[in-house]
Amino acid sequence: MLRYQAVMATMVTSTKTVTKKGAGSGAKFPGPNGKKPGGNGWHGDDGSKRKFSPARYRITMWVVLAAIIMMFAALSGVYIMSTHGEQRIAMPHMFFASTGIIIISSWTLTRAKRSLQFEQSRRYVSWLLVTLVLGLAFLTSQLIGWRELKDAGVYFAGQPHSSFFYFFTAVHGAHLIGGIILLVFLLVRSKTNILKPETEKRNTWTAVVALYWHAMGAIWVWLFLLLLLLK
Amino acid sequence: MSETHEGVHRHPAPTGFIRKYIFSLDHKVIGIQYIILALAAVLVGMIMSLLMRLQLSWPGTNWPILETFFPTGAPGGLMTPEFYLSLVTMHGTIMVFFVLTTAPQGGFGNYFLPIQIGAEDMAFPVLNMMSFWVTFLGFLVILFAIVVEGNQSIGQWFAALGPSFVGGSGTVGPIGGWTGYAPLSALGKVAGPGQGAGMNFWVISIAIFCVGSLLGALNFITTLLNMRTKGMSLMRMPLTCWAWFTTAVLALLSFPVLLGGGILLLLDRIAGTSFFIPGGLYVSGLLSGSNPNFPLHTGGSPILWQHLFWFFGHPEVYIAILPGMGATSHILSTFARKPIFGYRAMVFAIFAIGLLGFFVWGHHMFISGMSPYSAVAFSILTLSIGVPSAVKTFNWLGTLWGARIRFTTAMLFALGFVSLFVAGGISGLILGQSSLDLAMHDTYIVTGHFHLVMGVASIFGMFAALYFWFPKMFGRFLGEGLGKFHFWITFIGVYCIFMPMHIMGIAGMPRRYSQFTEYEFLKGLHPLVVFVSVAAIITIATQFVFYFNVIWSIFKGKKAGDNPWEATTLEWNTTTPPPHDNFAGILPTVYRGPYEFAVPGAPKDFIMQAEADAEVPGGNGHNGHKH
Repeated sequence: MLRYQAVMATMVTSTKTVTKKGAGSGAKFPGPNGKKPGGNGWHGDDGSKRKFSPARYRITMWVVLAAIIMMFAALSGVYIMSTHGEQRIAMPHMFFASTGIIIISSWTLTRAKRSLQFEQSRRYVSWLLVTLVLGLAFLTSQLIGWRELKDAGVYFAGQPHSSFFYFFTAVHGAHLIGGIILLVFLLVRSKTNILKPETEKRNTWTAVVALYWHAMGAIWVWLFLLLLLLK
Repeated sequence: MSETHEGVHRHPAPTGFIRKYIFSLDHKVIGIQYIILALAAVLVGMIMSLLMRLQLSWPGTNWPILETFFPTGAPGGLMTPEFYLSLVTMHGTIMVFFVLTTAPQGGFGNYFLPIQIGAEDMAFPVLNMMSFWVTFLGFLVILFAIVVEGNQSIGQWFAALGPSFVGGSGTVGPIGGWTGYAPLSALGKVAGPGQGAGMNFWVISIAIFCVGSLLGALNFITTLLNMRTKGMSLMRMPLTCWAWFTTAVLALLSFPVLLGGGILLLLDRIAGTSFFIPGGLYVSGLLSGSNPNFPLHTGGSPILWQHLFWFFGHPEVYIAILPGMGATSHILSTFARKPIFGYRAMVFAIFAIGLLGFFVWGHHMFISGMSPYSAVAFSILTLSIGVPSAVKTFNWLGTLWGARIRFTTAMLFALGFVSLFVAGGISGLILGQSSLDLAMHDTYIVTGHFHLVMGVASIFGMFAALYFWFPKMFGRFLGEGLGKFHFWITFIGVYCIFMPMHIMGIAGMPRRYSQFTEYEFLKGLHPLVVFVSVAAIITIATQFVFYFNVIWSIFKGKKAGDNPWEATTLEWNTTTPPPHDNFAGILPTVYRGPYEFAVPGAPKDFIMQAEADAEVPGGNGHNGHKH
């Protein structure tokens, strides 16, 4: 116990980055009455409670995505089960463009992540900026797509099929705005604290944001195919 | 992501009143806030059930006080059928969402999950605080939904949001039932009294509640996976933690579905869409599209709302009861002074119940006209939940077998939980069969079934938890004498209330009706209805003894030490009440499983999880160590 306290005391003042022990479901324990309790793989063997935990952010993002995917699954279910009436709705051309844009933006964000891994921070910032611009372009193209729909006489109020063109894009767009806020956060963090040893944090946050962004891209492709193929 | 990252656990103990007790980041304060919210909400829901019982057993009686409060709901002191339906709706909504979902998970889970796994706080304290205040906002909105139609000036408060938000029509609160079935719930004012602005706020409140629960679930999952202390492997966690974790997973996967459905329902109501409204609908003497008050709708499906609602609604049943199961396991083991029987089986049973809970929503919809083949599938899956439930019951009884039980009030309530869970669950085997459910679905047997198993059993789990953990939370015992009085009256009372409902149901008494005096075949049952009401009045009156006991004990109760129950888990390792960071800066190390009672050769009859082996002479023969 005393040794444990001593380790704690040094950890509080230490600034050195602590390497993480991986994130499995827990290390093996010694047998019954094992002499050492051992770490459980999450908190680290030194018992430090104040160090940065990348696993915490990764878990959180997966959990958030699970919730978001459940909601889109439910909404897709409603779309699939609704009767779609006589009205044939042509897919707005801009939605094809926006699908391309969001796929490319996933690739550029991967480039940003790779740049970070090779410690090329200027490239990292540039690729982030490109991704951000593509994200905004995607939102703009969605809005133009709405106008196309409106010009074709497809309105939000009415039968479910036409409502869903607007509803899916709006709900997905709201989630994508969350992704854009996360990208802005990464950009801000890349400018400040540049001298602090926060490589691990930056790597983690970039990976987590990239995960969210890819998921939003995948969800849009799913919704797009749903609207395109199931009429 | 906007959390302050590395610094979350460095938040120092707050000093000002507001940061300490109101906008607190401390999971313990937030837990108590949730419990207070539940105690306030249960009071509202309980008074509503009292009014319903008065109406059912003495219909036509003049209650002048009702007219004072609800001039349109009870003109001349006589309750209108719409007012009764509004009571049914709001009783259900408030009890399910703001009592059964908040107290077991947000309340006790928030307070004790971090301590039991040896963490200093939740993973994201700011999210935790937001989750409570969002839930609280939802509660305010649901209360507003009751009053918005009653008063002209209140009805104008949100008129800027659109004509469908204008209340003050003089009718009563939402009457859609806690399930808010479409299409009537999707149409707005044209569907009749109680479907106007109040219903909008009902949907909005549910949506807000979903967001609050999601924030909480996210925090629970991350905290449990990421912040367990040294030595706290998953299979060394107390069963309470397993229950809260499973509950959080259920909430995480089911609330988004309700949120999505709720948004669609709201859009149907205010934006002219037709997600849940079929074409050619004829309501209140109007055909859809024939009148400016009832615009044309086409193409939607009201059954879809039922699917979305019950896909959430069935896991919600387990969200309410799993924490009670966890607390019961924990308390039974502690006061039986025996290790829990079959720890691993208990963990797998919790998970099996949670998993199966996602595939049985259709059993709420047997009478929706579903295909008999789907009904059989849903029926078989439903009955299969009986297997893990029986495993749990068997293990509870195995824990009690041959034990020298300490009959504290907490233990009595835990035993009551087992009794009610079995008694309520048995009728689930009847109702889970589609052929029987077709006849019984809209009768009182369903009311009796789900009140026993989901309502009262969960509440007993919470009572057990409160009597058990009160000394840790407030440093004083919750009065045991009054507690035992509270237990016995409540235990006998709830059986007197809900057992006769099974008989009424089989006799064909329909639920949701405000009055039965017109039906010849139900006249013989009226003495039973009166009996239920008298039992309900006595039981409700006893709950005020409980409220008094809580308030009195916080200030005047018998003082408790750090480990008054001689229990083993980490919350009993720290001081009473726990300090701001739970363990005064030194996280405990865990050396053994959670229920090491009556270890052969040990000097005491319990070994705490944080006791090192060197401190336990002869402690070689523990049970349950197979890591």
